[in-house]
Amino acid sequence: MKIEIMNEKFDPWQSLVDYKKNVLQNNPKIGATSVFVGTVRDFNDDEEVQNMELEHYPGMTEKYLEDIVNTAIKKYKIIDGLIIHRVGLLEPTDPIVLVASWSEHRDNAFNATRDIMEALKAEAPFWKKESTDNGFRWVEPTVGEESSIDEV
Amino acid sequence: MKIYVKYFASVRDIMGKGSEDLKVEASLSANELWESLTVDKKTPVRILIAVNHEYVNKNFKLKDGDEIAFFPPVTGG
Repeated sequence: MKIEIMNEKFDPWQSLVDYKKNVLQNNPKIGATSVFVGTVRDFNDDEEVQNMELEHYPGMTEKYLEDIVNTAIKKYKIIDGLIIHRVGLLEPTDPIVLVASWSEHRDNAFNATRDIMEALKAEAPFWKKESTDNGFRWVEPTVGEESSIDEV
Repeated sequence: MKIYVKYFASVRDIMGKGSEDLKVEASLSANELWESLTVDKKTPVRILIAVNHEYVNKNFKLKDGDEIAFFPPVTGG
């Protein structure tokens, strides 16, 4: 498993090549690889986005990402899982997040990657602040993506 | 007892700081602490609470040495 929070721009495809070479090492049990890459758009809610700042809660964020991948490993029996997530200043087209799952068969890899991504969006403490022509704004969760965590 | 309070994102903007160490009465709940810290502030309706890096509900009773964080709904990914 790999969980990494990066302050610098990263290339998700190179990260996959490196992980396969250094960690998975052509494991012959792997029959399926499922990958999700999220990138910064240049618009949100009909406004142009110039750039975006992403912050996290050091310690808690890593813990939740690890728990999320462990849950997917148990539930879908995936062979391995990976999350790389950016923080800091991001420009449109920059990768924000890479999620990958490796399993024997495609269903488990697809489902694990989807579950990891949905759990990350609902639970992992990250916050986006967008810069638009009208100044800064904190991004609100999309309706339907809100978590069920208890609130004040 | 002593507790360590952290604020993130829009909540940090409202509180004007990212963290503070406080001496509070024993067995204070997370919600009682939030109410006392924000008496004179306009706060968002939706706030999440974590104690020692785990989400908790608003009735959670704090213990000496706890780290409690208040923040808005998360928007990663």
